[in-house]
Amino acid sequence: MADPMKIRAGLKGDIADVRVLMNHPMETGQRKDGSGNLIPLHFIQEIAVKLNGKTVIDAQISQAVSRNPVFSFRVKGAKAGDKLEISWLDNRGERNSTETSLA
Amino acid sequence: MSLARWIPAAAFACACAGAAAQDAKKEIEKYQRMIADSSPVELFELEGEALWKKKQGPKHVSLEACDLGLGAGVLKGAYARLPRYFADADRVMDLETRLLHCMTTLQGHSREDATKRVFGNEDRLSEMEYLSAYIAGQSRGMPMAPGTSHPKEQAAFELGRKTFFYRAGAWDFSCASCHGEEGKRIRMQDLPVLYKPENARPVVATWPAYRVSNSQFKTMQWRLNNCFQQMRYPEPNYASDITVALTMFLTATGEGEPYRGPGTKR
Amino acid sequence: MTRGAIPGAIFLLAACTSIHVGEPAKLSERDLSEVHAVLKRDFHARGIATMARIEPDSVQTACNLHHDHPPAEVARPIEEAQLKAIRFPAGELMGDWRRGQKIAESGIGMQWTDKPGSPSGGSCYNCHQLSPQEQSFGTVGPSLLAFGKARGSGAETQRYVFGKIYNAKAYNLCSQMPRMGHSGTLNEQQIKDLVAYLLDPGSPVNQ
Repeated sequence: MADPMKIRAGLKGDIADVRVLMNHPMETGQRKDGSGNLIPLHFIQEIAVKLNGKTVIDAQISQAVSRNPVFSFRVKGAKAGDKLEISWLDNRGERNSTETSLA
Repeated sequence: MSLARWIPAAAFACACAGAAAQDAKKEIEKYQRMIADSSPVELFELEGEALWKKKQGPKHVSLEACDLGLGAGVLKGAYARLPRYFADADRVMDLETRLLHCMTTLQGHSREDATKRVFGNEDRLSEMEYLSAYIAGQSRGMPMAPGTSHPKEQAAFELGRKTFFYRAGAWDFSCASCHGEEGKRIRMQDLPVLYKPENARPVVATWPAYRVSNSQFKTMQWRLNNCFQQMRYPEPNYASDITVALTMFLTATGEGEPYRGPGTKR
Repeated sequence: MTRGAIPGAIFLLAACTSIHVGEPAKLSERDLSEVHAVLKRDFHARGIATMARIEPDSVQTACNLHHDHPPAEVARPIEEAQLKAIRFPAGELMGDWRRGQKIAESGIGMQWTDKPGSPSGGSCYNCHQLSPQEQSFGTVGPSLLAFGKARGSGAETQRYVFGKIYNAKAYNLCSQMPRMGHSGTLNEQQIKDLVAYLLDPGSPVNQ
């Protein structure tokens, strides 16, 4: 059960300026715990952004991205009331998503 | 084309030890501006809000009736008015001390249970840390205004000030040993002269804070604890009078500064 | 003073009492007692960090009473006593600069998280510049760049450097430099290795 994401989205004209805060350990698989054991690889692999149900961003990221990633992007052609959905999938098959209405 | 290749090489050849250290400083400042731009702190505030409203403890109540100084459950602006005197406890309290008070009196936790895990880690913050992020965030933009009129508030300030300049411990350090003279740094970490208002203000305006280098969220109680550890003292008691006094001293020295919300640091 | 006047006087006093922001504290004997008592009450021992560490000694008391600037008649006798207590080794005072470099770079030791009996570092780079190759240095203390180059590595200089690291307060009572030997942070060999790091012509400090 993943922790909630937080979206901040501002609309200027037809451009939505979006920032998403994601809670994820983003383990590289190279860190060791206190007992010297390797902490297994655990990271977000895919991020998808949908505007009113239509995919506008389809991203693949790697374990090189650090813990609690922040994803900032701009979407053109947005207007007030549009639904913005962000979802991610990690290497263990865990998912999370959140959505907001643009104002 | 050969000239264009010459210039960068010449620039590197001219760099000397002093300039390299200055460049390192500039890069660090640039990095700090970048990390301040996006912070997972807002996620921690959300979690803190959930904990504030969650029924917990032997009495199975939430913290929503907790009075942080502006009335039961009033959060907006409360953090900026701490530390302050609380008549019901007859003590000056900082945020964590007051939360501990509410966890024990309202929720019925023993002090031992409530302080079992006060400092978290990168995997999971402590409840105190989530709550601190949430409550501090409710004071964004408000001027820091700790209590300074009650005799106990003034006594706390004075105790903090005296302690700041008092040398002790295995290495004969006072807070002023590191934070008492302009232009000093430990390794590459600049040391603000904290008894001067102009230096205390940006500090009090940005704690508690997320530390990017280890992905942990830290409070003032932690900051003081860690200072004393590095000063080679024994350990301060959590939420003790001396820790509140030092926080009072720093906050009152930085009085008036608009609170920027929980910070993002190195 | 009549009864009626007293509450008024107290009110005036309370209104006038304000906090002194921006001023360093000048501690009195009474202040020293007060802070010491509070430290005893509000701190606890943990790991190797015992409560004995907050018992004041003559150095701390003198520096606290005189805001780190004691008059000569107060400072000198304490400095002499501190100097007398330094355990200078017999024979060679210069160790191995390669080991000294590691000691200078290490900031571990003497904290409640450190394991009892494990060796400490000197934390030298926290406060000082030493080797020109190391960019990450502090400025709490003076730069020690080319220290040996400037002073040579004769017997007297070796003795001075050993003594200074062992107990900086013997030379300057209210120095901010910890008493690395006196406090038990560094042992004799470690200090000798640091002497070499500073004075050996082959050390990176002197290149």
